[in-house]
Amino acid sequence: MLRFAPAATAALVAGPILAGLAGVLLPAFGVLPALGGDAPSLDPWVRLLGQPGLARSMLLSLACGLATTAVSLAIVLAFLAAAAGTGWLSWARRVTGPLLAVPHAAVAVGVAFLIAPSGLLARALSPWATGWRQPPDLLIVHDPLGLAMMAGLVLKEVPFLLLVSLAALPALDPARRLAIARSLGHRRATAWLKVVAPGLYPLIRLPVYAVVAYASSTVDVALILGPTSPPTLAVAVLRWFSDPDLSLRFMAAAGAVAQLGVTLAALALWRFGEAVAGGLGRIWLAGPDRGIAERPALAVGIVAMSAVVLALGLATTGLALASVSWRWTFPDLLPDGFTVAVWGRTLPGIGAALAATLWIAVPATLLSLAAALAVLENEARGGRAGPTWLLYLPMLVPQLPFLFGMAAGAETARLAPGAGLVLLGHAVFVLPYVFLTLSEAYRRHDPRWIMLARTLGASRARAFWVVRLPMLLAPCLAAAAVGLAVSVGQYLPTLLLGAGRVETVTTAAVAMASGGDRRLVGAWVLAQAVVPVTGFAIALLLPRLVWRGRRGLRDGGA
Amino acid sequence: MTHRLHLDGIRIALGDVPLVAVDAEVGPGEVLTVMGPSGSGKSTLLAFLAGFLDPAFRATGRVLLDGEDVTGEPAERRGIGLLFQDPLLFPHLSVGGNLLFGMPAGADRRGRMRAALAEAGLDGFADRDPATLSGGQRARVALLRLLLSQPRAVLLDEPFARLDAPLRREIRDLTFARLRAAGLPAVLVTHDEADRPTWGGTAVHVGAEGG
Amino acid sequence: MKRFNRLLAAAAAFLLSLSPIAAPAGAAPDAGDWPAVLREARGQTVYWNAWAGEPRINDYIAWAGREAEARFGVTVVHVKLSDTAEAVSRVLAEKSAGRSEGGSVDLVWINGENFASMKRNGLLHGPWAEDLPNFALTDPAANPAVREDFTVPVEGYEAPWGKAQLVLFHDASRLPAPPRSLPALLQWARDNPGRFAYPLPPDFLGSTFLKQALIGLAADPAALRRPVEADRFEAVTAPLWAYLDALHPSLWRSGRAFPASGPALRQLVSDGELDLAPAFSASEIAAAVLGGELSDSVRSYTPDGGSIGNVNFLAIPFNAAHKAGAMVLADFLLSPEAQARKLDPQVWGGETVLAVGRLPAAERARFDALALGPAGLRPGEQAPVLPEPHPSWMEALERGWAGRYAAR
Repeated sequence: MLRFAPAATAALVAGPILAGLAGVLLPAFGVLPALGGDAPSLDPWVRLLGQPGLARSMLLSLACGLATTAVSLAIVLAFLAAAAGTGWLSWARRVTGPLLAVPHAAVAVGVAFLIAPSGLLARALSPWATGWRQPPDLLIVHDPLGLAMMAGLVLKEVPFLLLVSLAALPALDPARRLAIARSLGHRRATAWLKVVAPGLYPLIRLPVYAVVAYASSTVDVALILGPTSPPTLAVAVLRWFSDPDLSLRFMAAAGAVAQLGVTLAALALWRFGEAVAGGLGRIWLAGPDRGIAERPALAVGIVAMSAVVLALGLATTGLALASVSWRWTFPDLLPDGFTVAVWGRTLPGIGAALAATLWIAVPATLLSLAAALAVLENEARGGRAGPTWLLYLPMLVPQLPFLFGMAAGAETARLAPGAGLVLLGHAVFVLPYVFLTLSEAYRRHDPRWIMLARTLGASRARAFWVVRLPMLLAPCLAAAAVGLAVSVGQYLPTLLLGAGRVETVTTAAVAMASGGDRRLVGAWVLAQAVVPVTGFAIALLLPRLVWRGRRGLRDGGA
Repeated sequence: MTHRLHLDGIRIALGDVPLVAVDAEVGPGEVLTVMGPSGSGKSTLLAFLAGFLDPAFRATGRVLLDGEDVTGEPAERRGIGLLFQDPLLFPHLSVGGNLLFGMPAGADRRGRMRAALAEAGLDGFADRDPATLSGGQRARVALLRLLLSQPRAVLLDEPFARLDAPLRREIRDLTFARLRAAGLPAVLVTHDEADRPTWGGTAVHVGAEGG
Repeated sequence: MKRFNRLLAAAAAFLLSLSPIAAPAGAAPDAGDWPAVLREARGQTVYWNAWAGEPRINDYIAWAGREAEARFGVTVVHVKLSDTAEAVSRVLAEKSAGRSEGGSVDLVWINGENFASMKRNGLLHGPWAEDLPNFALTDPAANPAVREDFTVPVEGYEAPWGKAQLVLFHDASRLPAPPRSLPALLQWARDNPGRFAYPLPPDFLGSTFLKQALIGLAADPAALRRPVEADRFEAVTAPLWAYLDALHPSLWRSGRAFPASGPALRQLVSDGELDLAPAFSASEIAAAVLGGELSDSVRSYTPDGGSIGNVNFLAIPFNAAHKAGAMVLADFLLSPEAQARKLDPQVWGGETVLAVGRLPAAERARFDALALGPAGLRPGEQAPVLPEPHPSWMEALERGWAGRYAAR
């Protein structure tokens, strides 16, 4: 029966995506029976092209997608090059977990508080350095070039790319490569960039594409930090989709298809960039230079990474402080009074939202975990792998067009929007991350364990449950923690598939983040982080607890 | 209880390249030593005998255990045990748990397990964490685990290679003595001539020299 | 085996949750027979679609839900809207799909153009509001405002709930003497660029500010009481656009970005990015000051000549699935206890529609006991209320504004 696991899982994932594609392509060309659209027409596209600022929106999304990824990747590679062979790497390993736990929306809100004219940075420098007694009238958050939005995205994508890089590095045997290169006269960071980085990139290509896709189509970060007139394409499409005037749905569908086009264009351009960079890199590799990249790499790597970590820390601390503050006027660096009244008022609401969030996140994660285990176990038993690449599809597609289609499809199929549908949607988007995290550990699990178990008389099923699964407890928990974090951070699936009726901590936080009592926003944002942080803590501590009498498994490996 | 193992016309090929050809009978307490350079297919033969042959290989021939054809049986029903280079004691089970893992149902399993430990000079080790045992102790527990599962034949994949010299001889002698006492036929894969049991037993060469 | 059964049960429950909402049949409850309504309401779940942009209001709605559950056995689900028009279009879509029973919207917090639209399209159940036991407490004879919604007669199709009157609020420590008229505002903004803002229309507060400005600037205010005439729209609104064209360069962020909502404005004033901004009611500002959201030096005032005020209501769609529960909830919200708690600045600071002076002594005491704080305006201190224009003006103004000042 396990033989059907890959096909079933692929269907679970590809099915909704395909349905989403149909559900968005049809209305984009005028076909949506529920709203009276019976005949195909190009009218939605005509209306779309007539929207003011459309070209600018599309360009913004494209540029943001590419720039964010480029900057994030550069910082990560520079840092790894600078940290090669030093103790910084193990520090990085420990730090990325917690950094990843904070959802996108939370980071965006924190960044907004950090860089706004009345934000923490300005307060730290005023009035002694800047002379400001009132916040300056500068358009930083929501700036028209999208720089604030890119900053927010970079802060979140750097830890993500760092994590996947760290996971992929051991397979390259970087220490030995570095030793050889250095013995040939290259300086440390340059050596790393020349001999390890080219081997690393193919291993992290998939996550990099995921970053491009996300950055070009994000809605929650764009709502909180992005330009407003005109907004990025995804935000504009969401606005048209949510507009009470139902006739705009067709145009919104066309816009969603355009968004798909923008993401595909970004990916294509990135691929082209890969080729160019590869070509230039080869020239550099063959050349005589041994250390010209040294200083810049060290500088960028260490300074930028420290800035990222510092910014994330300050942003979170700032919001935490805000949530317990009484009054906090400019240019005070600290609030002039503390109170827990705000928490008292918001706790019931937060509690309800957390409950709803968990009701969705836990089943979705468990479902994804079961599916991933089924596929991986089937593969380990020698079953045909099937189209595993399909499992990564949800990571690479821009969410908006497909969710739009899924919501429309559900409407046509008369499926009531609600927690059930949201759960399915979350499971689809959580699966790739769970699979990615788990597959590494699964494939590295020594097959001899299972062989031994079976020669000792255990059936394949018993070998799985009694030998393999317990030995993989730590990686399973880590995958579950990642799944939980991903589910908690989902904004669009909850919004669109729940038709606004399902409120999770993330939808509430994004709704608040548009501007309101910062103390409330702080409380909600911290609430958002509670689940993922707890999940990662459990994933870290539970194996230590369970295996406290078993030294062989305590550190998570066998 | 004694058992016989018959390797009947076994031919294993990778694509069109023939790899292993064996015809042999192994009686109770006898050892068939399979020797050859690394990569010559010794471990592939063991994999075939145990029931784990990778689908990339093509194999013909029969494996007969006590006259019964087990070639098509799944690995857990063949009754053929494995001993690897590393003791591979399950890290999440105690020593006793490891031993109990493969023991068939029967009266007083725990009692028999503790008796076996005592007899092997490992009295009181039942609740120990396998990671706290020395190399020699682990090898002995692995052997015990194998024997307690009551196999009908045993495959040994260079089981002494990781042990240092003095330990190696001790464990080797212990292993063969136990196998002989239990009347089990064994197939031993090694590249070290010194591993062959002192009383002889047949040897087969695979790889560059034979076919 | 037990595990499998439990899995089956869970799967069944999950599948059921995917099925369309069941449509209970039954005649509409007669509000005149209140005990029967109460009986029918018990056990119902009311989906109350209400704008959710103000956290204090959301907390109040949560409280009301808990009380309704405890007292009447009515469960309330707050369907959070960012724009009331969402509920309107949902009911409209249901009507077009032929769904005349078991609708997904039971109660809507509504007024103005949305009410006009629903009434015009026959989307409302009614009349029922004047039969509510607590309706009489609003003293409709003395307060005709509860019978009229932006010039459109209510006729019992919606029950009054709250009032709002546009005010301006400022931080007196930075701005002791704020401008009290539109020309003064323009002059002050020019002298102090970047210190004033209004929310991005079609946010309700932003649109209300536009209407306030239009009333103050239009040559013929009486035209606003009549429906918009397309050919005269430009002529009537020309002074407004001229004013805004002059004002925008002096706005916060030079008018290149607008705050999203009323709460955003309050945070900006608190941060010191703004000195002056509009708000929905004086008591809301008083509540913000008491809650530490705004500093103690913040005060609110109405501009010379008065400001726009309106009553907001609760309506029941024609196809609501739980009409009895909705009526019971609406009646509870109209009770002195609920209205006093609403007015309490520690809770919300939302104006009451009840005629407080004519309440029985015990109920009146609830209101007198409220401490409105330093920023609150006592009833006598409020300036005259200007009536709202015809609802069609709001929509037209929002479109006009978007055409001129949105995406450039």
